[in-house]
Amino acid sequence: MKRRTMLRATALAAVASLAFSGLAHAENPVLKIGFVGVTSGPAAAWGTSNQRSMETRAAWINETGGVEIGGTVYDVEIVAFDDQKDPKRAIAGMEKMAQDGIHYVVGPNVDDGAAAVRPVAEQNGIIYFPYAFPKELYTPPASNAVLGMVANYQSGPAIYKYLIENHGIKKVAFVAANESDPLSQRDGGVAAAKELGLEMVSDSVTYQVDTTDFTPVLLPVIQTQPDLLVLSGVSPANAPQLIRSARELGYTGLISTETAQDAGVLQEGAGELADGFISVGGASTPELASDMMREFVDRYVAMFGEYNDESNTKVYALEYILETLKANPAAIEDVEAFKTTMDTFEAPNPFMVGDAKLTYVGMTSFGQKRQLSVPLVVNEFRGGAFETLFVAQVD
Amino acid sequence: MEQILVNGLYLGAQYALIALGLTLIFSLMNVLNFAHGQMYVLGGFVTYTIVSQLGLPFIVGLIGSAVTLAVVGAMIEKFLFRPVIRRSHREESTMLLAAGIAFFLDAVILLLFGEKQRGVPKIINGVFNWDFRIIMPYDRILIGVLAIAMIAAFILFMQYSRAGRAMRALAQDRVAAQLMGVDVDRYSMIGFALGAMLAGLVGGLLVTITGVNLGMGGPTSIKAFMMIMIGGAGVISGAIAGGFILGMMESIGLTVLAAYGDITYLVIFASLMVFLAIRPQGLMGKPWG
Repeated sequence: MKRRTMLRATALAAVASLAFSGLAHAENPVLKIGFVGVTSGPAAAWGTSNQRSMETRAAWINETGGVEIGGTVYDVEIVAFDDQKDPKRAIAGMEKMAQDGIHYVVGPNVDDGAAAVRPVAEQNGIIYFPYAFPKELYTPPASNAVLGMVANYQSGPAIYKYLIENHGIKKVAFVAANESDPLSQRDGGVAAAKELGLEMVSDSVTYQVDTTDFTPVLLPVIQTQPDLLVLSGVSPANAPQLIRSARELGYTGLISTETAQDAGVLQEGAGELADGFISVGGASTPELASDMMREFVDRYVAMFGEYNDESNTKVYALEYILETLKANPAAIEDVEAFKTTMDTFEAPNPFMVGDAKLTYVGMTSFGQKRQLSVPLVVNEFRGGAFETLFVAQVD
Repeated sequence: MEQILVNGLYLGAQYALIALGLTLIFSLMNVLNFAHGQMYVLGGFVTYTIVSQLGLPFIVGLIGSAVTLAVVGAMIEKFLFRPVIRRSHREESTMLLAAGIAFFLDAVILLLFGEKQRGVPKIINGVFNWDFRIIMPYDRILIGVLAIAMIAAFILFMQYSRAGRAMRALAQDRVAAQLMGVDVDRYSMIGFALGAMLAGLVGGLLVTITGVNLGMGGPTSIKAFMMIMIGGAGVISGAIAGGFILGMMESIGLTVLAAYGDITYLVIFASLMVFLAIRPQGLMGKPWG
């Protein structure tokens, strides 16, 4: 009998402690925001910077009491799903978000994944924020996808124009991985370069993403003696090797890409051979960064040990979602209300100095506001770090 | 043409070294080690940590990779493959186990080393340039020579050492070797450790050239399987031949076929299908296994 009483008391104590601990974490209702993207494999850096940016910002918000939307204070919870860069997995991830009742999802990171999840998102009332460039995702009748960054067809022409004006380039060559994203970015880049009057000396050379020696890949390209070698859609893993091989083959011209890169990875993989490499940077520079952006970087490093420059861009998506929900609390359950709000939404940009604003853009490229306004920062790698070449804004 | 041949030789040397470890494990234990690529990646990350993070000389990193992978390989054989082989006679059991180990190592590598591409500084600066007919950075030449030296050392070890002879006996006839007094468990473990060590050594060598990242494991395993299919599974000379043939085919294809887009691997795979239809046991494999 005594034993039974003791067991009961223990069970009660356990239940009570669980209940209290639950209460302690459940002071605020939880607002779930999803992430479906690639966090494993060669392109893991793209999705991991997304997920970690969201988790850093969510932890920061929760630590400071949560986010107030329509008079209710919420804790933010990030629900993440690794799609392994596989469209089938991306669909499964988006379906999981729908089952969890999540209406706002950041990702996917690549074209085919973003295209694959479109029907699931539209049928289940989900607004998603891909880091993928196909225009049909953002142009009517599509309306649930919002581009989370600057597209290559927006950054490419700006870079080529800058290089024509400042370096007098005339001949250009393109190299791309044999995958949908890099190939479509190459095609967009080739069209933009031709439109600007550049001579195309090589645009058919591609490579497998698992290539371990780029010398044979680049040999025929370098023999065409371009002034500019564009590494279309190059992943952070492949960029240092391509740069290194090109330089070792004696190429002395300019090298650029329209994707974001990581300074540490470039330094380790190519060292000073990467000096002068031009890429699209994270949407911040020391001149642009506010105190809040600097604190975000510090918190990110404290949580994950190492910062990723791309997170300067990736931090924005969650901020846009929360600020838009604040502007129209009905949008928490009704994505149509979110869409309506996007047309007129404007809020202070906490990550930039001055009076910069968070607004939705994309009228020129998509005919509707389906793109986050983030600064287009074009960098040059030099001495182990990125230096800002120029900053522009997409309309 | 000279450049194509040199590129092919360099690629072939590194490929052959990767394939050697895989074919050794297959010949000793009849195990298709799907985790071989992940072992290569782990070797790369160990060298990276020792050289770039701890600031120690490259040779220390290389030895560190070899030792780490040898220990990992021995543990995997002793605690995972040995019990499974003992309890199950179905070949797919070891295949599933190998696939599971590949996923496990991927997760461990992600946790320990992160998702980013990593690399170590060049071990030698400068580029050999023979009148623009052959251009080859000195570090690639060194890595190629080291790879060939390691292949030679491995052959000598297998040919003349007691352990090498025991492993060859095991590969030829497991039961007969056992009856002749060969300690099957011991030499299976040594063989697996040696195979894993070779993967780690290549990873350590190539991290200076190609860098290393989490996603390289799967594709590396696939290439290694292609090489041993070309040369003949379980035959050491076949793995070497397969490595050099694949390296040469890649080098020629990437140069000659560049104008037609990325069809090099399409051509290689199509050729491999035709070749295997004619000679399923590979160049040097035996039709009976």
